[in-house]
Amino acid sequence: MFKDPFDPKALLGRRCGCGGDHAAADHDRLTATTVPAAEEQRWTRVVDAAVLRAVFPVDAQRRLFLKKVGAATAMAAISSVFPLSAAREAFAQGGAPEKKDLKVGFIPITCATPIIMAHPMGFYSKQGLNVEVVKTAGWAVIRDKSLAKEYDASHMLSPMPLAISLGIGSNPVPWTMPAIENINGQAITLAVKHKDKRDPKDWKGFRFAVPFDFSMHNYLLRYYVAEHGLDPDKDIQIRSVPPPEMVANLRADNIDGFLGPDPFNQRAVFDGVGFIHLLTKELWDGHPCCAFTVSKEFATQNPNAYRALLKAIIDATAYASKQENRKEIAKAIAPANYLNQPETVLEQILTGTYADGLGAVKKDPNRIDFDPFPWNQFAIWIMTQMKRWGQLKADIDYAKVASEVYLATDTANMMKEMGLTPPDPSKKTIVVMGKAFDPAKPNEYVESFAIKRS
Amino acid sequence: MTALKNSLGLRAALLSLLIFAAIVGLWQIAAQPPAASGPAVDPEYAKRVGAAAATGSKSAMPTPADIGVTIWKHLTDPFYVRGTNDKGIGIQLAYSLGRVLLGFGLAALAAVPLGFLIGMSPLVYRALDPFIQILKPVSPLAWMPLALYTIKDSAISSIFVIFICSVWPMLINTAFGVASVRREWLNVARTLEVGPFRTAFKVILPAAAPTIMTGMRISIGIAWLVIVAAEMLVGGTGIGYFVWNEWNNLSIANIVTAILLIGVVGLLLDQGLAWLTKLVTYPE
Repeated sequence: MFKDPFDPKALLGRRCGCGGDHAAADHDRLTATTVPAAEEQRWTRVVDAAVLRAVFPVDAQRRLFLKKVGAATAMAAISSVFPLSAAREAFAQGGAPEKKDLKVGFIPITCATPIIMAHPMGFYSKQGLNVEVVKTAGWAVIRDKSLAKEYDASHMLSPMPLAISLGIGSNPVPWTMPAIENINGQAITLAVKHKDKRDPKDWKGFRFAVPFDFSMHNYLLRYYVAEHGLDPDKDIQIRSVPPPEMVANLRADNIDGFLGPDPFNQRAVFDGVGFIHLLTKELWDGHPCCAFTVSKEFATQNPNAYRALLKAIIDATAYASKQENRKEIAKAIAPANYLNQPETVLEQILTGTYADGLGAVKKDPNRIDFDPFPWNQFAIWIMTQMKRWGQLKADIDYAKVASEVYLATDTANMMKEMGLTPPDPSKKTIVVMGKAFDPAKPNEYVESFAIKRS
Repeated sequence: MTALKNSLGLRAALLSLLIFAAIVGLWQIAAQPPAASGPAVDPEYAKRVGAAAATGSKSAMPTPADIGVTIWKHLTDPFYVRGTNDKGIGIQLAYSLGRVLLGFGLAALAAVPLGFLIGMSPLVYRALDPFIQILKPVSPLAWMPLALYTIKDSAISSIFVIFICSVWPMLINTAFGVASVRREWLNVARTLEVGPFRTAFKVILPAAAPTIMTGMRISIGIAWLVIVAAEMLVGGTGIGYFVWNEWNNLSIANIVTAILLIGVVGLLLDQGLAWLTKLVTYPE
């Protein structure tokens, strides 16, 4: 984060161990700084700080000036000679994008909330972009349309950019994931007739649906049943079914349950077809799910458009992460043009006060949350599961692939530029069903499981 | 005689109406929401789920009356545009028709000349036969992943799928029609020293035209069947996408509306080609 240039007493010239431009003693305070709540205010502060630094590049002079006249007067004096408001606007828009008319593909699920809401709520247009969000029928189709460059950017499952880059299930194409969309927000839904079979040990012979082979849903469901002693390839059947078709299949008794994205868990409850067995946050609180992805080619050929797009997404994600905005978002994304769902279903998912399908109303405000930061540790965990279940045959350098696909540095820089506080990229603890994961030892982690394919 | 015919037509129409009324009536009765049977639930819970789920049952089929309302809503406002992913049913039908006609037209351009060649040359017929026999029974949708992968454009891919499904009946019928032109007519042409091109256009084409048109009629029927499935797979626009989008929302009333409209358009396409076939038919 920026040190506060408005504070004449701030300590100078001492760099913190985290590499940030602040004193070590200030690290905790600064990284935990309360960012001004209102969006506009945040931009204003970042721009004003930059201008102030430009006018008084020498720290000592700036402090002297500020000490004499005070911060407010200083800015007023500067704005009389410098068009501050124009600068703020220009900053909010960034450099002129190379390409303004962009197509972004999405699958109609709540995971894509930031990508979708950025359209009706104007986050794209604020960055000077004319984005068309295009609903797509399934993950294989969104992958092929992205590879065919029909989409400039797209909503994918967080394991997909890794799989595409590694060439698993498609030709290898360098793909990048600059932002995660949502964390948590998935659930295991079972058909109502199984309401007395809450112990996974009773699930032998069950048929489950997951959205895609390369999905957190697949890995989490496999992990969950394996921890309960069932082999996911032998004792149960797991099928890839596009999310929108899950409820219809559950209703038709074609499957016994699914680990799927919302709104379809809540939709199954709404239609009296299924009940929510558990939320995936009970397995791993804070797990990633869906992602905002672009090809490496697009990012390097259109750096400004890429930055503007990423800004819009980070901005929308930050907005979506605030509980108080969730009802408004539910309303914005419910129409047929976006998710095409009853508003009450979306509201229950986003606010976390929901009917569980068994007659109770439950409350969990973190049922779904939004956090754009693409932790490399997530990527490494995902690849260990690809390895565990035999999707990934070759030995790879986990950390290298992770840092090439999950662009944590880009996101951190962008967040700083926007006046947000990026987290420390090395500090992420992953605990899945009580078992800690050490990203430095991926091979040992894979070996530690009793049920595995490799 | 005409009186009898009229009365037969009249009686058939009456019977049709009766069948229709019986189906709708039975449906209306069957789809009545069951009386609240389950235990009374917490009102906080009830307001978060659908009406059926609140009484412990699954949401029911819509009644014919619900569907009538939905159809009326679509027919009175068929051309609205509320964003990329939400367009009126008229626009969706137009997209699908456009794709079908384009794919079908391209297939006709390829199949008729090739069919001519196959029909006229036993050598080419035998050489191409194994390919045709293997490719013909492949479901056109099986081509979709391959098309998306190689063509790299979803719009062209769906047109390709229409092309590939409508090419076979036309090809086979053209070849058959050309091969079975009566020998006498060809011999007469040869005696009169008519050139090969003139023979093709003045003798063979008119003689084979009814068979070719029958092939086209089969093709357009298949193409219209396939477009719905192809659009459900690829999404974006078209009546198939409309069905898929409403399936997302489990909106059976909208899906039934689409089914009826797909049927009506299919009927019109078929009747159009039947009329064209009549134009080229000749008495033996």
